[in-house]
Amino acid sequence: MIFDEEINQTVRYIKPSGIRKFFDIAATKKGVISLGVGEPDFITPWHIREEAIHAIEKGRTFYTGNKGLPELRKGICDYYSRRFNVDYNGDENCIVTVGGSEAIDIVLRTILKPGDEVILPTPAYVAYAAIIEMAGGKVIEVQLKEEDEFKLTPEALRKVISERTKAVILNFPGNPTGGIMTYDDYGKIVPILKQHHIFAVTDEIYAELTYEGKHCSIAVFEEIRDRVIIINGFSKAYSMTGYRVGYILAHKDIIEMCLKIHQYTIMCATTPCQYAAIEAVNNGDNDIEEMFLSFRQRRNYIVKELNRIGLKTHMPQGAFYVFPSIAITGMKCEEFCERLLEEENLALVPGNAFGDAGEGYVRISYAYSLDEIKLAISKLEHFLEKYR
Amino acid sequence: MKELLKLLEKNARYEVKDLAALLNEEEDAVQEEIEDYEKNNVIAGYHTIINWEKADVEISKAVIFVNCVPERDAGYDRLAARIARFPEVESLTLISGKAEFMLVVNATNMREISNFVAHKLAPTEGVNGTETMFVLKEYKKNGYLFEDEREGVERLLVTP
Repeated sequence: MIFDEEINQTVRYIKPSGIRKFFDIAATKKGVISLGVGEPDFITPWHIREEAIHAIEKGRTFYTGNKGLPELRKGICDYYSRRFNVDYNGDENCIVTVGGSEAIDIVLRTILKPGDEVILPTPAYVAYAAIIEMAGGKVIEVQLKEEDEFKLTPEALRKVISERTKAVILNFPGNPTGGIMTYDDYGKIVPILKQHHIFAVTDEIYAELTYEGKHCSIAVFEEIRDRVIIINGFSKAYSMTGYRVGYILAHKDIIEMCLKIHQYTIMCATTPCQYAAIEAVNNGDNDIEEMFLSFRQRRNYIVKELNRIGLKTHMPQGAFYVFPSIAITGMKCEEFCERLLEEENLALVPGNAFGDAGEGYVRISYAYSLDEIKLAISKLEHFLEKYR
Repeated sequence: MKELLKLLEKNARYEVKDLAALLNEEEDAVQEEIEDYEKNNVIAGYHTIINWEKADVEISKAVIFVNCVPERDAGYDRLAARIARFPEVESLTLISGKAEFMLVVNATNMREISNFVAHKLAPTEGVNGTETMFVLKEYKKNGYLFEDEREGVERLLVTP
């Protein structure tokens, strides 16, 4: 790099995504079978696609207001109230963003002062740590453990809190572990967050894929409500990843500040996609239900099969990933995944792509057809026979 | 269990072992349930959705609206049962609107369908009139699109 010394040094030293690296290796090979994607396999339901087409046909292609279409913001708030019993006001508490990704970025840039600490339960979705650092914050990892079903425990949380703690990232149901937090689980950490005035940045993008009981948003705890910032979007619930529509729900003062960044960097989310999102949020509950059942079936299937072939796997309660330990092979996760790709043409994601806490694990996505899952399992079985 | 029926409705070829795994149930329990459904006619049959045009097999198909009068003691049921027994009739439903029955009729060519209407359906006692519309092309059948929606749709191999 010829500009190493000249460019922003924080960016220079950000670790490139481990997923990216693995993708580059996989992309050089032919006929690769993959259980490596982080997006649903459904094509967006037609009535939603049709609404995007209609918006374009009707010439609804101008900028919208910075916060997003009022009807969409209202729809989002009605949705949260209807499905998760959390009430927000679309005029004051909501910004429509370009995917959950933008929401994560502008929220962290809004709340962090240089040197502020952000507690990040890991293994975690790859973007959090990088964005925290780019926003001038410091990542304080707390390891989620398999024996706790990858939940954030009060003991673990207490250990990492300091005077500089500004926020904790919550991502339940979580990528890559599939772990969830119930009302009772949150009940144990809420008093700690309250006592230390910590912001709860809760990324609920997988909320609709909660398999036992209903998703609990930490925003239901009124005592910390002002410091809860919800990040969500349309990608996972409605299979709309490519539309890039997400949103923030938060206290109006936070929203006003986030809006400053959003208006100068983004202006507004893509207009036809916002119209599609209105259709999704108002008329998409049945789609959610159908996809939910399909994911739950495939989760049941893959967990049973993984245990059968000797990869001990607990039943994750959310998202569309399983995160089994590969200890029986004695391999590091990168070695495991590279050999698996080399020898069986099967791509999984090494656990350490989600932080050091993911070492010894691999992420397996079951957002694939049953036939693809079967084929992948047979390859994995063949591989394990050699190396266990 | 509605979920089992929904799965079978989409794909009758699932093996019991896979169904059990998908539903997190025991194989025997699923097997038993299917047998019960079959016995009670909840599952009335299994069939394959074939795109005959693509198979290069010529068939003729028509949608027929049938006007008829109900019987005092049996309503439409007895007449429906009589018409439904003709092997040409693929489906028969009682509908609201300008006709009473809607039939989908299959045959190897148009003439056979004409013969069926002229010699069997129309003369049936209780039938007052028929309106036959020949099918020109099928696009979707039993929930399946004949044009593959996924053609050319690709996801990246590995994404976060």
